[in-house]
Amino acid sequence: MADNIKQPVDDSFEPVPLNEKQKLDDEKIAAPSLTFTQDAWRRLKRNKSAMISMIILLVLFVMAFSSSFIEPHDPNAQDPSYANLPAKIPGVGIPGFNGTLKQGDVRVDAYAQAGVKPGTYYVMGTDYLGRDLFSRVLYGTRISLTIALVATFFDLTIGVAYGMISGWKGGRVDNLMQRIIEIIMSIPSLVVIILLILILKPGMASIIIAIALTSWTNMARLVRAETLELKNQEFVLAARTLGESPIKIAFKHLLPNLSSVIIINTMFTIPSAIFFEALLSYIGIGISSPQASLGTLLNDGQKNFQFLPYQMWFPAVVLSLIMICFNLFGDGLRDAFDPRSKE
Amino acid sequence: MENQDNVLEVRNLEINFDTFAGTVKAIRNVSFDLKKGETLAIVGESGSGKSVTTRAIMGLLARNAKVANGTIEYQDRDLLQLSERDMEQIRGVDIAEIFQDPMTSLDPTMKIGRQIAEPLMIHKNMKKDQAEAEALKMMKLVGITNAEDRINDYPHQFSGGMRQRIVIAIALINYPDILIADEPTTALDVTIQAQILHLMKELQTKINTSIIFITHDLGVVAGMADRVAVMYAGQIVEYGTVDEIFYDPKHPYTWGLLNSMPTLDTKENTLPSIPGTPPDLLEPPVGDAFAARNQYALKIDTQKQPPFFKVSDTHSAATWLLDPRAPKVTPPATILERQKKYAAMHEKAVAEAKRAEQEQHRSGEEEG
Amino acid sequence: MAKYLAKRIFYLLLTLFIVITITFFLMKLLPGTPLTNQAKLSKSEIAVIYQQYGLDKPVWQQYLSYVWNALHGDFGTSFQFSDQSVSYLIGSRIGPSLQIGLQAMVVGVLAGITIGAIGAVRQNTWVDTTTTVISILGISIPSFVLAVLLQYFLGFKLQWFPIANWGGFMYTILPTLALAASPLAESARFMRTEMVDVLNSDYIELAKAKGMSKAKVIYHHALRNSLIPLITVVGPLAVGIMTGSMVVENIFSIPGIGEQFVKSVLTNDYPTIMGLTIVYSVMLMVVLLITDIIYGIVDPRIRITGGSN
Repeated sequence: MADNIKQPVDDSFEPVPLNEKQKLDDEKIAAPSLTFTQDAWRRLKRNKSAMISMIILLVLFVMAFSSSFIEPHDPNAQDPSYANLPAKIPGVGIPGFNGTLKQGDVRVDAYAQAGVKPGTYYVMGTDYLGRDLFSRVLYGTRISLTIALVATFFDLTIGVAYGMISGWKGGRVDNLMQRIIEIIMSIPSLVVIILLILILKPGMASIIIAIALTSWTNMARLVRAETLELKNQEFVLAARTLGESPIKIAFKHLLPNLSSVIIINTMFTIPSAIFFEALLSYIGIGISSPQASLGTLLNDGQKNFQFLPYQMWFPAVVLSLIMICFNLFGDGLRDAFDPRSKE
Repeated sequence: MENQDNVLEVRNLEINFDTFAGTVKAIRNVSFDLKKGETLAIVGESGSGKSVTTRAIMGLLARNAKVANGTIEYQDRDLLQLSERDMEQIRGVDIAEIFQDPMTSLDPTMKIGRQIAEPLMIHKNMKKDQAEAEALKMMKLVGITNAEDRINDYPHQFSGGMRQRIVIAIALINYPDILIADEPTTALDVTIQAQILHLMKELQTKINTSIIFITHDLGVVAGMADRVAVMYAGQIVEYGTVDEIFYDPKHPYTWGLLNSMPTLDTKENTLPSIPGTPPDLLEPPVGDAFAARNQYALKIDTQKQPPFFKVSDTHSAATWLLDPRAPKVTPPATILERQKKYAAMHEKAVAEAKRAEQEQHRSGEEEG
Repeated sequence: MAKYLAKRIFYLLLTLFIVITITFFLMKLLPGTPLTNQAKLSKSEIAVIYQQYGLDKPVWQQYLSYVWNALHGDFGTSFQFSDQSVSYLIGSRIGPSLQIGLQAMVVGVLAGITIGAIGAVRQNTWVDTTTTVISILGISIPSFVLAVLLQYFLGFKLQWFPIANWGGFMYTILPTLALAASPLAESARFMRTEMVDVLNSDYIELAKAKGMSKAKVIYHHALRNSLIPLITVVGPLAVGIMTGSMVVENIFSIPGIGEQFVKSVLTNDYPTIMGLTIVYSVMLMVVLLITDIIYGIVDPRIRITGGSN
């Protein structure tokens, strides 16, 4: 270090003029000031697994919702002569993805056996009715993601509103509202969901309603706890003293401060909603045939798992991938929005 | 040891922290001694490196801290070279520490008697009953009322002041040579602060321990310390006896610190403060780290780091203002007043010493 | 403590009563009757069956007698097996479910605690990364997918364990593992977070300053303080196991209440559904009560004040 210091000359013992001193102080570059969201985004970007998960989820979203355009085959079109074809991807020779199947001890080209026109590919194979598995998985993914979105919506509306009202009103109202939540939570939510589906008749709509009606309780509790704390903070007290209406306070002061709790909790509602749908469809009270859902696909695949494992593997992997990505992304968001949770 | 009076010698200590943003040079060439039975106060603002220094002595540096250079000598051993096992034999026996926040530094799920007794059980192989009997004695010594009834209580049942007494009891239970007190009163009410400081002073004489007292509060230092080291941006910039630092400070940073301390004489409505913030230790500035905030900064301050200039045998300061080539500057008015008081005190002291000497001389003559 | 306990039990009974009421009226809303699936019956036959099940009385009478009977553990007669009472059905099937559920809880939580603690102690090393990966996988992969995979690989391919059915301890291993994955992952994650927090706390620093070895610091101070909050997640974990059991029991053909619940749903066996709903919520409420009491006992901060706020 000593090398780059110039040997002082006598005149350097003069006081530094005022204007230069200003510069000395200016030269200290303070860290750029970031808003809370910018800061969170910066932390999120550093989290590799969260970013990869986000990208995978985006790709899945785009694929699932544009699947009507890219679906190579109609997910519900049956063709018994093409039943149980294994996966075949153009240009891939790995067993399992080249249209061959083990029959006894020999690998045979199932496509040739079934007399499929050359140039026809089922990238995930076909099921026992000859339906294209890839298209069905895409369709199932779309259902899973739709349910995720709807569950989020109800989390954000019912859950947040309920929690904010309960926390804000306090006293008896709060007590009553909390008792109601406690009652709902004292029955395992799957049981509640099944009861609701029974009343509403199985189907996509009733699954969504049933999941929505049970998923908001956690959000409501967290939002309430946070609102209770915020309510007594100076800036809210000030707004109240100034006579701002509760609605305005809710939107201007509470919601922005609740945002991290809300975002983080949402990311954990989504996987549980997806899980419930898959489970319900799997046991046969959710989405029913011929419609595809990841749960029904798993159920179909499980029947033949010993002989045609691919029919189970593909939906299982896609479902697990969606769950893993949402969980990892949720973890990343929590670390980003709540720096205390990480060192 | 260079000096037999010293219990601890810190030499050329340099500690860096690896962070995401780069290497933070937290401690930059720090040296000091701790003498037997004395209280050394290390004063400085947050981030100046006081706590890191003590962590280094305790061997409890954070995982991303690297000791780049230096030695910490205790009982003819360099603590920095000791293995973790050897260090465990020293911590809590020879060197103990009192932490800043008594509200969080006690285990919330363990009875306090056990917590105080633990160092005895670890180091002296005492059985629990025996160790807790000792703990009870120590609880009485640090002034916990109804100690017998309270030995099985949990931390949350105590007030902040009482908890700090418990923390002190834990630190003193093995009668350590060196006690490090890291801002022990910062988290307490002012009245409780005074009690705790009084207790520490009292115990120091009873137990005969040396204290390193870390604080940012000069007001606390005055009553506590024998000597003071002022730290800024990872370096010691001035050290001396309490009187020298308080009444004859030489470093502009010390002037600033003293100026921003309210005294009974403070007449103005505003309390002067040091403008600006400490430098970023990711890239410590060339020259004097304080230059940017120093209204007396010289051109050389921005080019070359000042060496220590000796003021007296016990007093040195690292500022170019003490260089013979530097122009004469007038310190702030309040500092001048302090210096005047100091001169008067000094004269008085000299006069008294003379009188005492004469009296002794006379009595010697009478006897003779 | 006694006062607090009495209050809690009172609330539990109140909640139970409300749950019974809600279940009853939900069931009344259900479309179809137990006879929907049966072959054509004559009007008189239907009347006889209605009388047998008490369905000919006004709803409020049905309700009162249902509540009265339910509080005595009588949930009526199963529609599916008209010769069996719901209580008998549940009683004969709750054993396997409890066994597997408890095994899964114990195995999952103990393994989770160990994994989480190791991850926290070896924070930011490959060990930590591995434990994080395990917990993410455990949380993400649905229990029924895992069940099928375990069945296929450990049961069918390697033939280490029976593929399905109920017969002895060996039969419980695969379903236990399938159900234990989620509590394992959840408790590992929770434990790691708690322990990292605790390890960074001031009292751990003080313990180190006492000259304790790292192992002693962890054993005497860090573990206990991280374990206490773990009690609060046992309730949610129990819910997860109950949920998972419904499908895992199906996959492994275990004669438990989870399998029965699904069967009852598929056959519109309303009395059994109602009975099982009540049994599930009683189990959940009891778990929550017990964990609350344990929390009060082990955390000195709550013990003294005599109740959680």
